[in-house]
Amino acid sequence: MKRYSDPYFAGIGIGLVLLASYVVVGRGIGASGAFASIAAAVSASVSGATSPATAPYLQDGVRSPLKDWLVLELVGVTLGGFTSAWLAGRMRIDVERGPGIGSRQRIAAAFSGGIFMGLGAKLARGCTSGQALTGGALLSVGSWVFIVSCFATGYLLAPLARRLWR
Amino acid sequence: MTAPLSETGIIGAQGTLLAAPVIGFAFGWFLERGGLGSAPKLAGQFYFVDLTVFKVMFSALLTAMLGAFWLDFFGVLDLELVYIPETFVLPQAVGGALFGAGFLLGGLCPGTSCVAAAAGRLDGIAVVCGMLAGVFIFNSAFDWIAEFYASTSLGPMTLTNMLGISRGAVVAVIAIAAVAGFTIATRIEDTRS
Repeated sequence: MKRYSDPYFAGIGIGLVLLASYVVVGRGIGASGAFASIAAAVSASVSGATSPATAPYLQDGVRSPLKDWLVLELVGVTLGGFTSAWLAGRMRIDVERGPGIGSRQRIAAAFSGGIFMGLGAKLARGCTSGQALTGGALLSVGSWVFIVSCFATGYLLAPLARRLWR
Repeated sequence: MTAPLSETGIIGAQGTLLAAPVIGFAFGWFLERGGLGSAPKLAGQFYFVDLTVFKVMFSALLTAMLGAFWLDFFGVLDLELVYIPETFVLPQAVGGALFGAGFLLGGLCPGTSCVAAAAGRLDGIAVVCGMLAGVFIFNSAFDWIAEFYASTSLGPMTLTNMLGISRGAVVAVIAIAAVAGFTIATRIEDTRS
């Protein structure tokens, strides 16, 4: 198994990818928006109608998430992650967790964490990719509000979640 | 100005869509290379034992911010044409707090959960499923949330516009703060290990 890259090397790589995204497509990178698009497309195909919450993701009658920029981008993220992990010998079926909890507890915590992030990213209109990185580098005020609020809350609550990780 | 290529007509709608998986692939690749597909490593940031997330995130932000600034300065990239996420102060403060709590619980964020899932980590798949559930809950409750969701709107507001100082000054302050942060992060890791 290969060692991880230097964090600054990985960071500069991601920064150049983000810059290329501004230059080529006039927008940054994202992740949570793709989840929102997929959820909206699923809701619309089940109910046969859009709602005020899902309509912005289904403009121009586009019902296929595969025509959505962020969904295609996130497919790329998944393939890129897969290829890198595979070539580095890091592919394995596993539940990664702190030393003090079992796999079931870890899966439950991961799922609950996902729910909070889904709600939070929807409310904030983006996540660590679409707000913190993309908007942060473009000096968006709301993105910096998100960065400060996200990490302040994480550090503030960390002592309560210590059993999960340490 | 020749860029953004999508806005100056150099590439069309097809080209824009085609660029998406390529940009995504490179993003996912570097996330995995940096170790950000591993939840315990990401969660280590909250206990000051592994500050990889901080280093990766802020070196990425710094690279993109400085690159965009200089490309705009030399007339290659018109930043006016790059989409800036709109500001909604309170929803983004509350959303950020919910997100931070979820990040701590889940140990992964939306992008890194896809990388973890792609590398076979079942906890990554659980975060992905939780995210989708969270979005469904938000959409179902949208009638109650809608008013707050649209509140305290400032439009595409930048720190430059808000503070009334030049873009270069804001970029310089953030760059200096980030470099100071890297130095402090390394010291903290050294004393904790």
